[in-house]
Amino acid sequence: MKIAIASGKGGTGKTTLSTNLASFLAEEHEVVLTDLDVEEPNSGLFIEADLVREKDKFKMVPEWSADECILCGNCQKVCNFHAVIQLGEMIMVFPELCHGCYACSELCPTSSLPMIPKKMGVLKHFRNGNLNFVESRLDIGEEQAVPLIKQTHKYIDQQFDDNFIRIFDSPPGTSCPVIEATKDADYIILVTEPTPFGLHDLKLAVETMKELKKEFGVVINRFGIGNDDVLAYCNEEQIKVLAKIPNSRRIAELYSQGRLIYKEIPEVRAELEKMKDLIMGKMKEVVK
Amino acid sequence: MKIAFTTKGTNWSSAMDPRFGRTEYFLIYDDEKDELSHYDNRDSANDAHGAGPKTAQKLFEFSPNILITGNGPGGNAATVLEKTGVKIFIGAGEMTVKEAYEAFKGDTLKKL
Repeated sequence: MKIAIASGKGGTGKTTLSTNLASFLAEEHEVVLTDLDVEEPNSGLFIEADLVREKDKFKMVPEWSADECILCGNCQKVCNFHAVIQLGEMIMVFPELCHGCYACSELCPTSSLPMIPKKMGVLKHFRNGNLNFVESRLDIGEEQAVPLIKQTHKYIDQQFDDNFIRIFDSPPGTSCPVIEATKDADYIILVTEPTPFGLHDLKLAVETMKELKKEFGVVINRFGIGNDDVLAYCNEEQIKVLAKIPNSRRIAELYSQGRLIYKEIPEVRAELEKMKDLIMGKMKEVVK
Repeated sequence: MKIAFTTKGTNWSSAMDPRFGRTEYFLIYDDEKDELSHYDNRDSANDAHGAGPKTAQKLFEFSPNILITGNGPGGNAATVLEKTGVKIFIGAGEMTVKEAYEAFKGDTLKKL
C-alpha cells in the first residue's frame, strides 16, 4: 500500500500530516515514511530515529571526449534541455541541466559522449521500532529532482514489501517532481487550507490526480481560517474530505518545536483515527 | 567590430531587454558595414531550463566581439560566453538600443 501526501500549494501541511500519520500508524503497524521533497526535505525534523544506512546517489550524465568527435552537432540537436551545447570545435555539457535520457550518448555516431556517474544527492534510511524513515536530499546546485525521486522509489521497492504502509511526503506543486512522487501510489491525500490560495491550488492538484487516474481524498488543514469555499468545492465535485485539522496556536507551537501534534492534541488523534480506518480498508483492497 | 544587444524589438529605438537567456531578440550591429540585423529568440520563453546556454550558443554563431545587456548572463550562460571570448557590458537594461550604444561608446557601461 502506497499513500502519497501531496498538495498544490506549498506550506499547507504535507509534512505535518505525513509525519503525524506515519508515527500514529506505526503504533500498531509497520510503516515506512519517505520524504520525496528532495529539494527541501524536512520530515526528518519531526522524526526521531537511528541511522540505518546512508548512500550517495548518482545520476548518469554524458562526458565529451574530443578524440573521435566529428562535430556533427547531433547531440545538441537531440537534447531538449540544452544541456549539451556545441561551440565551434567544442562540445560543452551542463550536468545540472541533464535529465539523463541518454539520447545524445546513444545517438552519437562516434560514441564521443559516454555516460558517467555524477553525484546528485544522498539517501538516508532511519529506523525507530515500527517506523522506518527514508529521506533523500539533492546536493546544492542540482536542478533535477526527478532522477533522485525515481531512485528513492527504487530503494523503497527493494527494501519494503506490501506489508509495510508506505507513506510518501511529496513535493508541492503539480510539476514533474510531483508526478514522479505520486504516479505509483495507490491512494493520494491532498492537503489544503481553507483559503482562496488553498482552493486555487487544490483545483490544480485535483486536475492532476484525475489526469493520473488516481483515487484521492482531501485533508483540510488549519480548519477555521478563511472561508467555506474548499468544503463547497469538495461537495460539488464529490471529493471525500478525509479529515479536518483545526487551526490552533498550540499546533503551531508544537510544530515550531519539531514535535508531533497528535500526541498532545486529542482532536488531531481522532482525525488520524478516521484516516486509519480508511487506509486499513484500502490496504485490504490492495493486498487482497 | 560586431556588437550584440539583448532587446525587446528589432531597431535602434527598441527597448533593451535586461535579460540575457530569455531576451526576446538580439540585435547585431556591424559598425564597419553600418548594418543592423536581428535574431528572434522568443522561443526561449518555452524553455523551462537551459535558456541561458542555448541563447549563448546562438549568439556564438553570430560571433560578436561585444555584448551589451542588462542584468548580465547567469552562471551557465556565462560559462559558454567565456569560451567565446565576447566582451560583456551590463547595466543597459533600462535604455533603448540607441542609448545603450551611446553609453557603450561613452564608456559608461560596466564591463564584466
